[in-house]
Amino acid sequence: MPAPIRLRELIRTIRTARTQAEEREMIQKECAAIRSSFREEDNTYRCRNVAKLLYMHMLGYPAHFGQLECLKLIASQKFTDKRIGYLGAMLLLDERQDVHLLMTNCIKNDLNHSTQYVQGLALCTLGCMGSSEMCRDLAGEVEKLLKTSNSYLRKKAALCAVHVIRKVPELMEMFLPATKNLLSEKNHGECELVPQLVRILKNLIMSGYSPEHDVSGISDPFLQVRILRLLRILGKSDDDSSEAMNDILAQVATNTETSKNVGNAILYETVLTIMDIKSESGLRVLAINILGRFLLNNDKNIRYVALTSLLKTVQTDHNAVQRHRSTIVDCLKDLDVSIKRRAMELSFALVNGNNIRGMMKELLYFLDSCDPEFKADCASGVFLAAEKYAPSKRWHIDTIMRVLTTAGSYVRDDSVPNLIQLITNSVEMHAYTVQRLYKALLDDISQQPLVQVASWCIGEYGDLLVSGQCEEEEPIQVTEDEVLDVLEGLLVSNLSAAVTRGYSLTAIMKLSTRFSGVNRIKKVVSIYGSSIDVELQQRAVEYNALFKKYDHMRANPNPNVAVITIHASNSTEADMTDFVFQAAVPKVSRPNPAQIIKCLCFEVLIHGFGLRMRIKLTYTLKGSPVQDLAEVNNFPPQSWQ
Amino acid sequence: MIKAILIFNNHGKPRLIRFYQYFPHVFLQTEDMQQQIIRETFHLVSKRDDNVCNFLEGGSLIGGSDYKLIYRHYATLYFVFCVDSSESELGILDLIQVFVETLDKCFENVCELDLIFHMDKVHYILQEVVMGGMVLETNMNEIVAQVEVQNRLEKSEGGFSAAPARAVSAVKNMNLPEIPRNINIGDINIKVPSLSPF
Repeated sequence: MPAPIRLRELIRTIRTARTQAEEREMIQKECAAIRSSFREEDNTYRCRNVAKLLYMHMLGYPAHFGQLECLKLIASQKFTDKRIGYLGAMLLLDERQDVHLLMTNCIKNDLNHSTQYVQGLALCTLGCMGSSEMCRDLAGEVEKLLKTSNSYLRKKAALCAVHVIRKVPELMEMFLPATKNLLSEKNHGECELVPQLVRILKNLIMSGYSPEHDVSGISDPFLQVRILRLLRILGKSDDDSSEAMNDILAQVATNTETSKNVGNAILYETVLTIMDIKSESGLRVLAINILGRFLLNNDKNIRYVALTSLLKTVQTDHNAVQRHRSTIVDCLKDLDVSIKRRAMELSFALVNGNNIRGMMKELLYFLDSCDPEFKADCASGVFLAAEKYAPSKRWHIDTIMRVLTTAGSYVRDDSVPNLIQLITNSVEMHAYTVQRLYKALLDDISQQPLVQVASWCIGEYGDLLVSGQCEEEEPIQVTEDEVLDVLEGLLVSNLSAAVTRGYSLTAIMKLSTRFSGVNRIKKVVSIYGSSIDVELQQRAVEYNALFKKYDHMRANPNPNVAVITIHASNSTEADMTDFVFQAAVPKVSRPNPAQIIKCLCFEVLIHGFGLRMRIKLTYTLKGSPVQDLAEVNNFPPQSWQ
Repeated sequence: MIKAILIFNNHGKPRLIRFYQYFPHVFLQTEDMQQQIIRETFHLVSKRDDNVCNFLEGGSLIGGSDYKLIYRHYATLYFVFCVDSSESELGILDLIQVFVETLDKCFENVCELDLIFHMDKVHYILQEVVMGGMVLETNMNEIVAQVEVQNRLEKSEGGFSAAPARAVSAVKNMNLPEIPRNINIGDINIKVPSLSPF
């Protein structure tokens, strides 16, 4: 049998393949050759074959038949064999295969080998893929190596020990004494650790230029970072430790050079540590200012990291972060999507009563120009902020209008009823609102939430619209017919969703009590009595009934018809069935006769004391019945006066 | 902790794959799964512009809320480290730089071809830098020294080929200066440029 080909040759051959199929063929051929070679138990070529197998494994081809061969290589005496054998074990084996346990004995022997590199290989393998059984068996050997004077091995043993402890936490006790010694000084308990670490860190910073350990002029940055992280863990809930660290943290923060990335990594770690421990406020302000400086850095990675950290601290150190508000707002214009998102979240967190006008301007501008994935969150954020801090009702309505017109289709579904509620409560702005919404409808009827809110408003305040009563801005001249044209347009347009059509039909109906041209409305409503859409049909039929049976009440300019539309939506993921809505009003006997009106689906008693209603909801959700009782007292006065 | 280290080229071909953890929701981490993870990671990383930050949330296979992808793009190669939240992003960026500079020193102006033909050596170098998902050594000279001693140990045993002829091992010596480093073989003709200071 000819000698198996070398790894380089295999690689070269495979690279000449022009198609996936060709490559597969070559690989299969070689696999067959390797398999026969394995069967012949040839020691000389085994490592070459396993190397080839690992290459093919990386390309995605099955290589499990090489697992046992790896074990044989590990057991060999030659360093070359062991090296590739251990690598193969780490790449091809894991603790889910029983085969791996066979390694335990080999590793045990190799941990005591005379050559440190073999010991190193064994430690590496154990530390990468050792299972809990293996770790239990070999923990003792690892612990021995922790105490060796050979620093190369000590480091590997330390990391291996970490893996062992992760797999078998009970063994931690065994490693504690050795770990303490690793810090090269005797210490008595944990609190001693902090001053010691502080001393080490100090030495690192003060030691000046030390060529072996430095990276770009900063002494051993990785060690500094590790120490800072350790300080963070130690000082997290400990006042004394935190106090001991304050000085050194301030020193690191001010002395570290930031012209290269390493300096920034250390500074960043320092900032994180300052934030996590119980540091004094001066130090915290220093940390936040460092983050603020990071925001101005050219390196986008630094900016990203700074924004992430600021987001975490904005709740606790609000004022300090406020100082960097303008920089944060500038980040909204960054090209990087991740940075923009962080900047947006942070901006919303920083909005307060003082800066609402300025911030909102920036955020609305951002809303205009941002990617669609941001628009929903941004719109919600704007609504929330506006609700909390709006300086005036007019401003509030304007802001809402702006959001609806620029990002109307991204606004969340539940905002529509919230907005309607808001508008209802701003009594003096009704005329202005309905006028602006009407104008917006004339421009664009594609954005559903906008259209829904607009239809509702027109239905409710259409009389103000045609009478031109707007005070805030120039009132527009619009006739009843024009308004009805628009609403009817919504009903027939392909752009309107079913829900939107429902809104506009109801609006048209409501206008029958506000407008004089009732006949047109009657006609529209009766047409939809035979609509294919069940929802529309039901509404139209009921409205028709109102026209027929209760027309005599129409004469009164303030009719006592209270049309209450209930919107119930299921926002859970499960289906809701058997939904029943019941309403009842208290009967009160009083001198003046009360008027009882049958309206749509429930009776409403209207009396001089105001409209009160008790409602009961029952439905079935996920198979179990749910019942909800409530009393509604806050009907707006116009509905019953 | 570092969960995985991946190196692949601009077309998504893997040049080095090293997993330090078996992702729990990946039931059978077979070769298929590994390739899928590579494809997904490549897909995520390759559509990133050059001027955006080097941090990404992981995909669905390699991901989970705790995992991040930190990557660096050098000429034709992507170096991707998948880490969890205990690692500092900036620190890992530095680590990638150290690893690449070490490769450069070991292979003398490393290029993609070196990684292709000496995959095992790259693994050995990586083993001196990262062990069990944790950073072992960051001093470049130290790493290079240890790797070289071990290589000499291998050479003295006759190396891979197992052919005892010394002439053969001499030819395998990578440090021959006459060998042009930017051989034009199809798409792989670009050297890793002198690494930018960081």
